[in-house]
Amino acid sequence: MKKTLLLSAAAALLCTVAARAETELTVYTAVEAEDLARYAETFNQDHPDIKINWVRDSTGVITAKLLAEKNNPQADVVWGLAATSLLVLKTEGMLEPYAPKGLDALSKNFRDGDNPPSWVGMDAWVAAICYNTVEGAKLGMTAPTSWMDLTKPEYAGHIVMPNPASSGTGFLDVSSWLQIFGEEKGWEYMDALHQNIQAYTHSGSKPCKMAAAGETVIGVSFAFRGAKSKAAGAPIDIIVPSEGIGWDMEATAIVAGTDAPEAAQTLVDWSISRKAMEMYNVGYAVVGIPGIAKPVEHFPAGIEDAMIDNDFEWAANNRSAILEEWTRRYDTKSEPRS
Amino acid sequence: MDGTQIAMPPGKAVRLRVDRDGAIKRLFMVVIGLYLVIALALPLYAMMSRSLVTYSFDLTRYEFQVSDEAGNWGEPVSAAELNARLGRFAPTDLRTNTNGRLSATDFFPDFSFRSPVKYRLRGTTDNAPWLVGLDLKNTTAWQEYDSNTFRRVNLRPVASQGLQNYAEYFSNPALFSSIENSIFIATVSTVLTVVLAFGFAYAINRSCMPFKGSFRLVAMMPILVPSLLPGIALIYLFGNQGMLKEMLGGQSIYGPLGIVIGSVFFTFPHAFIIISTALSLADQRQYEAAESLRASKWRTFWIVTIPGARYGLISAAFVTFTLVITDFGLPKVIGGQYNVLAIDIYKQVIGQQNFEMGAVVSMILLIPAVVAFAVDRQMQKKQVSLLSARSVPFEPRPNRRFEMFCLAWCGAIAVFIMGIILVCQYAALVKFWPYDLSLSLNNYDFNRMDGGGWASYWNSIEMAALTAVIGTVVVFTGAYMVEKVDGFAAGRNVFQFLAMLPMAIPGMVLGLAYIFFFNNPANPLNAIYGTMAILVVSTVTHFYTVGHLTALTALKQIDAEFEPVASSLRQPFYRLFARVTVPVCLPAILDISIYLFVNAMTTVSAVVFLYSTQTTLASIAVLNMDDAGDIAPAAAMGMMIFYTNAVARILHAVVTRRVLVRTQAWRRR
Repeated sequence: MKKTLLLSAAAALLCTVAARAETELTVYTAVEAEDLARYAETFNQDHPDIKINWVRDSTGVITAKLLAEKNNPQADVVWGLAATSLLVLKTEGMLEPYAPKGLDALSKNFRDGDNPPSWVGMDAWVAAICYNTVEGAKLGMTAPTSWMDLTKPEYAGHIVMPNPASSGTGFLDVSSWLQIFGEEKGWEYMDALHQNIQAYTHSGSKPCKMAAAGETVIGVSFAFRGAKSKAAGAPIDIIVPSEGIGWDMEATAIVAGTDAPEAAQTLVDWSISRKAMEMYNVGYAVVGIPGIAKPVEHFPAGIEDAMIDNDFEWAANNRSAILEEWTRRYDTKSEPRS
Repeated sequence: MDGTQIAMPPGKAVRLRVDRDGAIKRLFMVVIGLYLVIALALPLYAMMSRSLVTYSFDLTRYEFQVSDEAGNWGEPVSAAELNARLGRFAPTDLRTNTNGRLSATDFFPDFSFRSPVKYRLRGTTDNAPWLVGLDLKNTTAWQEYDSNTFRRVNLRPVASQGLQNYAEYFSNPALFSSIENSIFIATVSTVLTVVLAFGFAYAINRSCMPFKGSFRLVAMMPILVPSLLPGIALIYLFGNQGMLKEMLGGQSIYGPLGIVIGSVFFTFPHAFIIISTALSLADQRQYEAAESLRASKWRTFWIVTIPGARYGLISAAFVTFTLVITDFGLPKVIGGQYNVLAIDIYKQVIGQQNFEMGAVVSMILLIPAVVAFAVDRQMQKKQVSLLSARSVPFEPRPNRRFEMFCLAWCGAIAVFIMGIILVCQYAALVKFWPYDLSLSLNNYDFNRMDGGGWASYWNSIEMAALTAVIGTVVVFTGAYMVEKVDGFAAGRNVFQFLAMLPMAIPGMVLGLAYIFFFNNPANPLNAIYGTMAILVVSTVTHFYTVGHLTALTALKQIDAEFEPVASSLRQPFYRLFARVTVPVCLPAILDISIYLFVNAMTTVSAVVFLYSTQTTLASIAVLNMDDAGDIAPAAAMGMMIFYTNAVARILHAVVTRRVLVRTQAWRRR
């Protein structure tokens, strides 16, 4: 009897020791899968006592999942989700404001404006045009250099862009055009562009993927995807339009109501550290702390200068209205082209 | 009290006593019925309530106070009153969706963000949300803002119940045209699939054509791959860089054409399995009678064969129709600009996080199920069992010309199916289509890609095995209770309805419904959320209907006389069930289990919201890789699923053959 008691006490002790040694965090993310293991590994070099359980999906699915779980959140931290999605979560009161260590080093674009901030940025992903040089040459086209170029008749039926109603990248494009050209001119621009569109896709990476495979000539997508396809051997050029480019960032936030707040804070602290920024820089040309980023292979030059002064608050608060207008104008005509 | 009349007390009403057997049967039925209620009805109810949640700005909940330029506060005034005074918004303007915003400055026509005027805002009830920039406020205490901050104040809508979402849906031409498109696609695909599958099943069951076993295997192939895969293959074949692009004569594969071809591919086995079951049992005596009455072959076909298979044909048609109308994988990959209902759900839920409108579209997708149910009931009344205790099983006779025709028909379909699969395998091996055609195994290095790597592959196998075992028991027992229990008609009707329902429910809707229902702290079943259990439950439920119909079709062909005979011999029903029903239906039971297994391997939409870190699945990996642009690795993982399912299918064929020898000898003379 005594023996069993002793044994179970020992077992209980062991368990608590084990528990203390390892806190588990459920982290929701939209970061590319091939980067996840590297991110967790690098983080564990500094914090071996915190184990990250990733839940990874595309931006839309993760956002929908977080919103659907609103009343019983499963995630402790969101690490690597579009800031525009985090803004939606913020307006629902789902994020825990926290000022991480080293906040001052971040460039002011890369943090929530409130104090303490509800989210902090990691790296930026920027819009870009993927242009298939082989197919373009076959059709005798010249490469576009600006957004305005895309409305030229020579590209009719050879441009693919994401549908903003189903893709975050698509919304990024539309909201940036409205900011670059102004509302009225912006819609006029899209009216003209619509005449040249071959298809609106549901995912933001797909237009570039289609351009890479020659399914279309011009894909309106983002630079990161283009660089990846180019590295895989696709005959594409990544073009930064001269008017400036829309961008969004990957960001980190603590989910309100987490039962491991200390570990969550440790992770967020680390997520904006120098070491983390260098880690992001492997795939992303623009990161949250200025002056750290080194050029990334296949990325076009001058991205940082081309980034527009994106008004995230305006975009988030007008998203519903913009999508309604876009759907009214272009989605009703979404008939097959045959 | 003089005894002239003795009043008898009224006797007990005569009621048929439920014997022990009947009681056990009912208990079983209640247990399985309960399963369907928890796994289907309640989540759907949660979904339906969601479709009725509407959002509007309730102006009575807010109170403003404005100062003059010197900072003296005026009287508090409610937003509703301000609106009435200004006539700014009509009641319909105040309707919105969950993302709605109403700028507070709209109530102050002379607002200027430079003015020194200050504003105060408070809620008059507990729930009066507003945003300052993106910061959520919800309080009854006065909050003070200067003009420059006040321009960033937006009121947020509050939820209430109503039909407003439906009204909005039907007044939106873009959404409404999706209904037409969906019905068009589904109808064309259904007609094509049923005709093709009927010919195929007829050749296999009613001719002496050679290579039947091989054809049967080929016919089942499409079920072994996720529905996204034919889309990928069609792009490689007929896309702008396609190998056979010229064959389309300038037509684009993106759009209805691609969806229809892909749909025929992936629904073919579903239709085939049902029609084949219906054709597999026939009474030789009817054909002998027809022949002795000198009826022509043609006439015999129309008055004996078709009526005998009628039930299977109609079931197959509805199954195909609902499969097509609820599939989102194909339209997503190859639909181009062609909007269909399932894509609308995707756009609403994933693109705009508008769960309410997603729920509305889902509710509209339920209509085919209701129609299917009504027709099914009508058909069932007329259905007679083909196989009575005195039946003589049909055995086809050789006929060379007919066999050549059958061979041609089946051969063409087999080439189509094999072609699609081979193209996928080719796609998986090519390094970079279409610019670097060298072959490599790079695309199989899943641990470098999205979707959980090889671990997800093993998870899928575990999930599929559990689904097959548990699902088959539940589905077959359920079907038996519906078909062979006498009395208790109301309960059986409800049960039958619940069993028909899953077919019409898009997996994505089921998955969402599960989140709403199971991820609720108040739900005692909350614990299964995020586990393998919820994946198994959702998958069994999602694929319940075809298994149920297969079981029913097989059970209908067993004469109802078996039950009374067993009963009169004082044999309990479970002995009859174990000794007669299960052995007779064993081919169907094995079909159900393999059906569940392969579908569990390929399902995407039902589980996309439900998997967790520990339970990533191979089929989800295909979707995620395709989404991330890794189309070749997606094809590679799809082919891994295919090979796994093919092995399972071969095992199934071996087992079935042995079982047929042991238990089905009575079918032959």
